Amino acid sequence: MKKELKTEIERITYNCRKATLLIEKKQSIELTAREKMELKLHLAGCYICRVYEQQSILINGMISKIFKEPGKEIKLDTIFKENLKEQINQKLTGTNNVNKN
Amino acid sequence: MHSQPVVDTTTGATAKHQLKPENWVELHADYLYSYALGRLNDEELARDLVQDTFLSALEKAKGFRGDSIERTWLTAIIKYKIIDIYRKKSSAFTARDEYGTAINEEEYFDPDLHNWKKEHWPAPFGVEDHDPLHNKEFMGVLQNCLQKLPPLWMSVFRLKHIDDEDTNDICQELKITPSNFWVIIHRAKVNLRACLQKNWGS
Repeated sequence: MKKELKTEIERITYNCRKATLLIEKKQSIELTAREKMELKLHLAGCYICRVYEQQSILINGMISKIFKEPGKEIKLDTIFKENLKEQINQKLTGTNNVNKN
Repeated sequence: MHSQPVVDTTTGATAKHQLKPENWVELHADYLYSYALGRLNDEELARDLVQDTFLSALEKAKGFRGDSIERTWLTAIIKYKIIDIYRKKSSAFTARDEYGTAINEEEYFDPDLHNWKKEHWPAPFGVEDHDPLHNKEFMGVLQNCLQKLPPLWMSVFRLKHIDDEDTNDICQELKITPSNFWVIIHRAKVNLRACLQKNWGS
């Protein structure tokens, strides 16, 4: 009994792959009670994954910033837009003619 | 194919919103273009998509029930088209497994013990205490690292971070399972982090 528990804890303690996956999950959804416990246990003994967690949160913030800030205002050029208007108008009047027939 | 983009404006009281295709370009073209460009990072593709969206919107105009405002309706159409492109890109890309892993992806964890391989140990970047979000060079390095991600991973990131979309919605749209989703997020993040460490300060 006691031995089994020990290996179980060892499995959690050494499994950085799982711990880092839980770190990612935690930033989007609520972990299960078991997952929370496992992650807490792992991080208590693993300095490397603590560094990872801090950096992972930082990277999320940076990605959001990159994706959400378009920089300057983006506009289509006038010629493209005029062509587009023309196309739409053609379609609109074209169909009107069909309806008349 | 024969289309009927005539907009029925006679429904009156029941229709809350109406379509005015003759004003679409003026009112929505720039918006839709930025929307597409932000999600595809390809000017030509984004332009084509705006055109495509207006044309298919004309085809669909008859089915417009007036439940949403014009721009929301057009945005839904372009979004659908963008996700379609995400899917095509992901499946065209030669991946090593169902997670879209690149052929040459590094293995960061020990295959048996699952702890970090020593050569891949995360180390502090050294910018953590100096407001890295305002550090242009550091952000630039991340941007370059993002470009190297496999298309499926990038699509997941875009849906997650631009639209703050729910995990389940992303899974449905990209046709992946929730467990694949977490594996993708995890791998992408481990790769990004390593890329930052490798290219920052060297």
